[in-house]
Amino acid sequence: MIAPVWLLLQREMRQSFRRWSDLISPLVFFVVVATLFPLAISPAADVLRQVGPGVLWVAALLSMLLSMNRLFRDDYEDGSLEQLVLAPQPLVLLVLGKVLAHWLQMVLPLLLLTPAVATAYDLPAEATWVLLLSLLLGTPALSLIGGITAALTVGLRQGAGVLAVLLLPLSIPVLIFGSRATDLAVTGMDTTGPLMLLGAMSILAASLAPFGIAAALRVSLD
Amino acid sequence: MWTWFHKLASPPHAYRLASLLQPWLFWLATALMAMGAYGGLFVAPSDYQMGDAFRILYIHAPAAYMSMAIYVIMAVTSAIGMIWRIKLAFAISAASAPLGAWFTALALASGAIWGQPMWGTWWVWDARLTSELILLFLYFGYMGLRAAYDDPNQADRASGIIAIVGVINVPIIKFSVDWWNTLHQPATISKLDNPSITADMLWPLLVMIVAFNLFYGAVLMNRFRCEILNRERNARWLPELL
Amino acid sequence: MPELNPQNIGLSASGLLLFRGERCLLNHLALRVAPGEGLVLRGPNGTGKTTLLRVLCGLTLPEEGDVHWNGIAIRQQRNEWQRALGWSGHKAGLKSELTVRENLEFAAALAGHRPGDIPAELGLAECLDLPARVLSAGQQRRSSLARVLLGNALVWLLDEPYTNLDTQGQAYLNACLDRHLAAGGIAVIASHGNAHSALGMTEQTLMNGALQ
Repeated sequence: MIAPVWLLLQREMRQSFRRWSDLISPLVFFVVVATLFPLAISPAADVLRQVGPGVLWVAALLSMLLSMNRLFRDDYEDGSLEQLVLAPQPLVLLVLGKVLAHWLQMVLPLLLLTPAVATAYDLPAEATWVLLLSLLLGTPALSLIGGITAALTVGLRQGAGVLAVLLLPLSIPVLIFGSRATDLAVTGMDTTGPLMLLGAMSILAASLAPFGIAAALRVSLD
Repeated sequence: MWTWFHKLASPPHAYRLASLLQPWLFWLATALMAMGAYGGLFVAPSDYQMGDAFRILYIHAPAAYMSMAIYVIMAVTSAIGMIWRIKLAFAISAASAPLGAWFTALALASGAIWGQPMWGTWWVWDARLTSELILLFLYFGYMGLRAAYDDPNQADRASGIIAIVGVINVPIIKFSVDWWNTLHQPATISKLDNPSITADMLWPLLVMIVAFNLFYGAVLMNRFRCEILNRERNARWLPELL
Repeated sequence: MPELNPQNIGLSASGLLLFRGERCLLNHLALRVAPGEGLVLRGPNGTGKTTLLRVLCGLTLPEEGDVHWNGIAIRQQRNEWQRALGWSGHKAGLKSELTVRENLEFAAALAGHRPGDIPAELGLAECLDLPARVLSAGQQRRSSLARVLLGNALVWLLDEPYTNLDTQGQAYLNACLDRHLAAGGIAVIASHGNAHSALGMTEQTLMNGALQ
């Protein structure tokens, strides 16, 4: 069962490290969005500490939205998506490998950058840990749900706009629990509840979303 | 049972059935709506807290109820369409979407009008209203995806997938928004959970809910017929019928 | 597994109906290709040759009708069917950053077998270790075909395989087709050009949604 996931993961990694410049733009986007808020609202530390958890979560979500548009688009355009769909391997596992690779390439670097950005928002160390943990637990759900919407819009000319309209409302629960968990940590309250709910949502998404992605890809290739 | 099901799935039969049902549903809905409006405006007593302003409940609550019910109907009909390859099931789903969006918008607007005298502002981030707003976005997503596809078959199946994904998410969204709301505004007055509702207040509400359902059915039948005509415009049975 | 009726062995389709917009591309089309047989689909642009091939391989769902492999509808046995299928479409299906060798190795792993040797006649010797994005159109076509030609699929569905190939490449493709059919394989090819195809293949023209 692991083999198809691993096969795709390997190919994606090899190929995107040869075009590493593509990996940079979501990161830069994340940092730039995070820079806009102190400029637009206020650089005062107490204000930043209050909006920081929400802003960083929204910035991460928007950065993922940006990279999600590319998830299947290259494969669709060069025809290798047809090959994946017609391969004698379970498509559900192939797309799981694809989403996993995307998460490792596009979201994991974001997590590594988060402590630095959190410092700029004057978040206490404790809250930064919770923020990281919430991103670690919540972003897989976003990647998987985003995978469905990316698969549905891959063949469309105006795909990016439709993708945003589809994905953003569906990502609200993850956003709420993720930013609230960090918020609670800033004020020194218990955060296990929302963190566990984030983990539960990722597990639920991992067990259901691959079927949705596979079905959606079949529709897009029709 | 199965022959009935197959007969229903044939476009000319479904078209005839829809034409037959439509006036019945429409007049029944109108009659019940008049009855419910009379009951809500004249029979039901004023609320001791909210005065006469609460009477918008008779629009708001049925609209909010329909907005959720129609999304579920869309998901169920889409699933039927995908599993048994029945195009008419997709037609019901497609015909329902704008209606659901309208009921959602009506629930939002009536909620805002109700909120004005109660909260002194048109919009507060109340859990119920926020969920309703997100539901409106889900309807927009469904309709936007349909509109973006040129091929109707692809549009049917793609929007069907998003309707099913959405219906799984609706309870999660509702739960998360409620949780978020209790953190921020523990003191909002809950509207529907009012235990002191009297029988005089209740029956017009129930009549209105039934009336809204029938009204949805009546408009759906019209839209459903348009969908059939559009999809079957080259079919041989059409000139015979019209 | 129902017992295999000898009449059912091979690839067949019945009652295929498909509209694209107002146009009827497939009008209750039926076909049958038995093992060892090849079919060349002819017809001018836009008659639906590519669509028919995509329906046959299972990418496009017809509005009515089914494609059968050994008597069973392909959508009921997707895994068995896809193990038998080799598809080369209009798009090359190569990852531009991977070398030709890596692309072929991935395709072999995806199909579940070890990558074999790459024969010199394929004409890819000097570009095997170049990334696919620098290949010429003809080399891309050769690489895309190599995935099918070097695999062990029973059914080859090739969309315009002669496009961009030089005479040597066309001859090699025809030799491969002959060998494939002689070994009991099946091939369906769409080709609008007048490149003459392999010897044992029948030609049919797709017109107004039916084969003639």
